[in-house]
Amino acid sequence: MESTFAGSDFITIRDKSREQLEFIMDKARRMERYRNIGTDCARGHLMGTLFFEPSTRTRISFQAAMKRLGGDTVGFPSTEGTSVQKGETLADTLRTVSQYVDIIVLRHPSEGSAKLASELLDVPVMNGGDGGANHPTQTLLDLYTIRKELGEIDGKTITLAGDLRYSRTTRSLARALTHFDVELILNSPEQLRMKEDLLMELEEEGLNPVETDDLEGSAAKADLIYATRIQKERFPDISEYKKVAHAYEIDKELLEKTGEPLLLHPLPRVNEINPDVDDMDNSVFFDQAGNGVPVRMALIALLLDLTDR
Amino acid sequence: MVPEKQQMKITRIENGTVIDHISPGAALKVFEILGLEEDEESSITLAIRVKSDRMGKKDLLKIEDKFLTHKESAMIALISPRATINIIRSFEVDSKHPVELPGKLTGIFDCDNPNCITNQEREPVEPQFEVTSKNPIAVRCLYCDNLMDEKQVTGQLIQNN
Repeated sequence: MESTFAGSDFITIRDKSREQLEFIMDKARRMERYRNIGTDCARGHLMGTLFFEPSTRTRISFQAAMKRLGGDTVGFPSTEGTSVQKGETLADTLRTVSQYVDIIVLRHPSEGSAKLASELLDVPVMNGGDGGANHPTQTLLDLYTIRKELGEIDGKTITLAGDLRYSRTTRSLARALTHFDVELILNSPEQLRMKEDLLMELEEEGLNPVETDDLEGSAAKADLIYATRIQKERFPDISEYKKVAHAYEIDKELLEKTGEPLLLHPLPRVNEINPDVDDMDNSVFFDQAGNGVPVRMALIALLLDLTDR
Repeated sequence: MVPEKQQMKITRIENGTVIDHISPGAALKVFEILGLEEDEESSITLAIRVKSDRMGKKDLLKIEDKFLTHKESAMIALISPRATINIIRSFEVDSKHPVELPGKLTGIFDCDNPNCITNQEREPVEPQFEVTSKNPIAVRCLYCDNLMDEKQVTGQLIQNN
């Protein structure tokens, strides 16, 4: 299996098998031992971090992962100060940076940008989020967190809550969950329901999600809730955003009433998770963010075909 | 009664393409997507709702001195999936084949997701789709995963040409 990753790209969950996802997660578990002390298997390797959109967790955990592996990173956290502001195309930026580095992580507002990057470049490309389409490394760490916290993914009831229409994290996660034997509940306001095409795809794969706007009911049934932010920046019309901006809130009272399901969130959060849940044992969203490091260490090591010692 | 000489001119071409078995009423759309309105050289015969043994009624388009590209053939398949293409050389049918919708369509129409990378100015990428259903036609953008149905695809083909 190891060799199937060497030199390849990580663009979408769509073309990944359960075996491949589990293989990366197993590797991530082994990377935990280097998470704080580091290793030197990537010494001499450079990663390009090209972030055309803001990011805290994805960018910093990719950088941390590469540095813990003994490699280094170069790149930009926004297009400010780059030639993108002079009108340079994404393609030219990519072709230039790929001359300097061994692997690239790209976040870009256009859907399909990471796929284009993978076609243009010889170095491996990792998709750090392309518009509203995909965020596959977030999905890897989400699955890894579920497995770590609950032992296994099969047999669990999972509620995805919040913005299921524009959220790339729930799109990617829902697709990945088709590989597992889970019950899926989709909890969202009417306007933010999951897009029809993805629903059809999930059904074709044998996952028959239940759609509801009853948060308490879906929390009570769930082993875990995956909450998402209502993303202002993805709404084509700001007045539509205002209608649903405060559509739901998960607080301590709700979690206690519903049997304290595990609570995940890709972060950042705004109003959807009340800080009064932060000290609850099952609120694992900061641990989840932390899991981004071993998971991305594993992915980088596989794509660069590094031997971890 | 049409004089025989003139009738021959309408029914036979020396070299060119006969697009037969076009869905009744669709020949004008085919005419449009092939950009024939702009073509001032080729002589063209258009027949609408003529009798057909196979289809009951059909449309027919004969174009003198024109041979279709793969892209044009794919466009016709999107508009009229049962059409057949006859290549005529020296008044004889040189070859005959049904239009075929390839599994992948490249550079024929645009993705209707404005945020798709294929719609960004100056990026070196052509729109590319996987055909997910042939009847009715449905396609998925290979870059952004956006799904488009038959109406969205054909509407754009006609608008663009």
